[in-house]
Amino acid sequence: MTENKTLLKPSRPVGIVGYGAYVPRYRLPAKEVDRMWAGERSAGLPIKEKAVPGLDEDVITMSIEAARNAMKRAEIDPAEIRAVWIGSESHPYAVKPSSTIIAEAIGAAPHVQAADMEFACKAGTEAMVMAMGLVGSSMAKYAVAIGIDTAQGKPGDALEYTAAAGGAAFIIGPADESLAVINASYSFVTDTPDFWRREYQIYPEHGQRFTGDPAYFHHILEAGKAMLESSGTSAKDYTWAVFHQPNTKFPQKVAQMLGFSPEQITPGLLSPVIGNTYAGAAILGLTAILDIARPGDRILVVSFGSGAGSDAFDIVVTDKLLERRDKALKTQDYIARRTEIDYATYARYRGKIRMK
Amino acid sequence: MEIPRHWRLKQQRYSLVGEICPHCQVKIFPPRDVCPNCGGEANTPYTFSGRGEVYSYTTIYEAPAGFEDKAPYTVALVKLDEGPLVTAQLTDLGDTPVEIGMPVEMVTRRLRQDGDERGMLIYGYKFRPAMN
Ligand SMILES: [Zn+2]
Repeated sequence: MTENKTLLKPSRPVGIVGYGAYVPRYRLPAKEVDRMWAGERSAGLPIKEKAVPGLDEDVITMSIEAARNAMKRAEIDPAEIRAVWIGSESHPYAVKPSSTIIAEAIGAAPHVQAADMEFACKAGTEAMVMAMGLVGSSMAKYAVAIGIDTAQGKPGDALEYTAAAGGAAFIIGPADESLAVINASYSFVTDTPDFWRREYQIYPEHGQRFTGDPAYFHHILEAGKAMLESSGTSAKDYTWAVFHQPNTKFPQKVAQMLGFSPEQITPGLLSPVIGNTYAGAAILGLTAILDIARPGDRILVVSFGSGAGSDAFDIVVTDKLLERRDKALKTQDYIARRTEIDYATYARYRGKIRMK
Repeated sequence: MEIPRHWRLKQQRYSLVGEICPHCQVKIFPPRDVCPNCGGEANTPYTFSGRGEVYSYTTIYEAPAGFEDKAPYTVALVKLDEGPLVTAQLTDLGDTPVEIGMPVEMVTRRLRQDGDERGMLIYGYKFRPAMN
C-alpha cells in the first residue's frame, strides 16, 4: 500500500474573504460542575469556564450571527454566494436542514447549494474543504462554511465540564479578494471508536482510553506532520498555530509535539475561558488569530473530529485583513461579554428541567 | 398550526425586511404595501439596519401559551433608527438593567415552537443591548 500524502490544492487559488465568530453570553464555571458532581473527590478542573447558550439560542441562530459577521467583513452581494454548508453535531432538527434557514437569513437563497455536515468536531473544517473545492474549481465565486455547536455532556460526566457553545463562519472566495489565502489543506481520517452518539440519544458516549493517544493525538499529529512535510515547512515558518481544543492541556501538548511554542498558540487557545465548542473549536481559535494577525503572517490550523479525523490548513494573511477586520465584532468582544451562571440556571438553559 | 403564516413571514422575521415608500422615502415595518405617511402604494423591500433604542418596555411574568418556559422575560417597543416602532422581546440581558433610550440591536433567535416538541421551530427578531 502506498501512502499518498499529496496536499489538496485548488486549481484556482482561494482564500477567506470574510470571517465571523459567535460565542453566547453565559458562562458556567467548571467549579460549579465540580461542586455538583465531584464534591470532595475533585480530580481538578480541565478549564476555567464554558460558554452556554441562552434559552432562545441554537445552532441556527448562532450560525446566522456568525455568518452575518462574516458578510460584514466580506462586503459581497449575498446573491453571489453559491453554497451554504454548516457543520455541527447539534442541529436543532433531526430532519430539516439548518443550512436553508441560515441561507435565507443572510439573503443567499435560493440559488445555492445547502447542506448540513456531520463529522463530530471537524464538521466545520470539512465544510471549509468543500468550499475550497467549489470555489477552487471555479464552479462558484463564493461559498459559506460554518462550524458551530451547542454541545451537551451527560450530567456528571467528564465532558460536562467542557461541552460548550460557539463557532465561526467563513466566506471562501477567490484568493485575490481574500484577507487570508489558503495555500492548501490536508485531511487524515480513520475509523476510530473514541466518541459517538446513537440516534434518539441525548448525550454522547466516549470510548474511554480511545480519546487521547489513538484519537486526538494520532490524527492531529499525522495531519499536521503531513502538512508540514508536504509544504516543506516546519513550526518556525508559522507565526501562529491553532488546534482542536477539547480542554486546555491537549492542544498545548500536541502543539509542543509538533514543535510549536506556547507563544504561537496563545491567541487561538480559547478553551480555558469558553470550553470545547466542538465543530467551532479550532476555527473559532482561527478567528481570534485573524483578529490580531498582520499581513504576511502564516497560520497552521488542525482540527480534530471524533470517529475520527483531522483537517489541516496552511493559511497566509494578506494586507486586506487590516481594512476589513474592524467591520464586525471580534472574537474577544464576545468572550468579554460574560454573565456567570450557576448550575441551576445552566440546567434550565440546557433543557435539563422538564416542564411537562 | 400556522405553518403557511410562518413561511410567509420568514423574510420580515429573520432579517427585518420591511418596505420603503417610493413617493416619500418613509421606511415601513412591518410591510403593509400602503405608506402610512402619504397613503401611496409602497412595496419596495427594504432591509432595516437592526439598530434602535428602547422606547418603552415591560416584564412578562405570566406568559401566554407557547412562551411559558421563557418567563420572566422583557418585551419592548423598540424605535428603529429608520423610524418605525416594533414590538419585540429583549434578549441576552444577563444582568444588564433595561432603561428607556438604551441602544439595542436586532438578533435572530428561536421565538417558540409551533405546538409541542414535534412542531416546527419559529425563528425571528429580538433585540439585545447593542454590542458596538
Ligand atoms: Zn409615502
